[in-house]
Amino acid sequence: MAKITYITNDNQTHEINVQNGLTVMEGAVQNDIPGIDADCGGGMACATCHVYVKEDWLNKLPKKEDGEEDMLDMAFEPKKNSRLSCQIIVSDELDGLIVNIPSKQA
Amino acid sequence: MNKTDALIIGAGPTGLFTAHQLKLIGLDCEVVDNLDKIGGQCIELYPDKPIYDIPAVPECTGEELTNNLINQLKPFDIRFHLKERVDEVKKENNNWIVKTNSGKIFATPNVIIAGGVGSFEPRKFSPKDCEKFENRSIFYSIKDKSIFKGKTVTIFGGGDSALDWAVELSSDSYVNLVHRRDEFRAAQATVDKVHELVKAKKINLFTKYQMIGVKGSKKLESIDIKHDNEKTKNIKTDYVLGFFGLIMQLGPIANWGLNINKKTIEVDTEKFETNQKGIYAVGDICSYPGKLKLILSGFHEGALAARACFKLARPNEKYRFEFTTSSKTIKNRLGVKGD
Repeated sequence: MAKITYITNDNQTHEINVQNGLTVMEGAVQNDIPGIDADCGGGMACATCHVYVKEDWLNKLPKKEDGEEDMLDMAFEPKKNSRLSCQIIVSDELDGLIVNIPSKQA
Repeated sequence: MNKTDALIIGAGPTGLFTAHQLKLIGLDCEVVDNLDKIGGQCIELYPDKPIYDIPAVPECTGEELTNNLINQLKPFDIRFHLKERVDEVKKENNNWIVKTNSGKIFATPNVIIAGGVGSFEPRKFSPKDCEKFENRSIFYSIKDKSIFKGKTVTIFGGGDSALDWAVELSSDSYVNLVHRRDEFRAAQATVDKVHELVKAKKINLFTKYQMIGVKGSKKLESIDIKHDNEKTKNIKTDYVLGFFGLIMQLGPIANWGLNINKKTIEVDTEKFETNQKGIYAVGDICSYPGKLKLILSGFHEGALAARACFKLARPNEKYRFEFTTSSKTIKNRLGVKGD
């Protein structure tokens, strides 16, 4: 279990306890956090679960797989700290993770 | 006006197998899809990715699955209307009148929505002002390349479409290619070609840049791009092309009076009918307790929705359940010899 903080574009903060093994995307979708569409359902095929990871967490997350950076080319306003939330699997080590949700997914 | 027993919206795997089921039980159907090819998400999003959970098919790619489904439809005469988006669905007596964005009209007692997560539309630039130049100076697809001759064209993107067009247009136009990072995801041969053309000064390459604004009153004059290091540049350009792939949008379906919850349409699990009689939803776009977004679930849902269509399409006949292994009628429809 890890506490994940999702900050929406209008600065609403949602602190959610997400079970280990779920993805950061699933934690958002199952708790009705707005702004994460996840159209393809976690297949790394649509770039609509795009989040910005708080800088100090960037290096603590498991590295991007091949293909994630390619998909991020299609994301809305990608930045250096962009990730696809469907590719971040929750574990105890991620307790305290903060992600910002972009203004739009497309 | 096209009259048919059932109109299927969406030519993905679920739509294709639903068409198969309709034809098997002796109903006519036509299929509409906004993409320019058959296959839906399988062909657009993951043609090369392996799928491991199609019953009796240990492994196949999105493209292989699509081709197999198309093969399975070979015995039947089914009209596909590609590059058409259904915009309007209205009830008229016992029929639904369905209109597409290009003006095609269908009359049918049954509409089956197999629309996945919606129709595929191009992803667009983020600055709001881009909208006012859209389809005049800013494009997301190319219909007539002759307009670019002798002009400055700025292309955004790092995939095959962006690079192919950069190469193609560099012979007759001044081409700027802008991408958010140094690596490209296009075919290696195209990437090599682009680097050659950059060296030969045929293409101006800007990497680690993104669009932040457009300038011009009546006509597009220039655009502002920003580097990862926050520095901005203004480049003069006549045209801008953006190739960021496609995104799925529910679009007009939202206006058809259906019960929609979180971009999915509520259905019953007997007929997969929506709150509107004669409109069904199957595959990823439908929701009911226990719904799994698997291709195999879409097949099951399509098979049941097809049987439900029979009642409205043939009100004076009774549907008889038959097996393909033994039914002569079905074998005739399939064009195979019975034994």
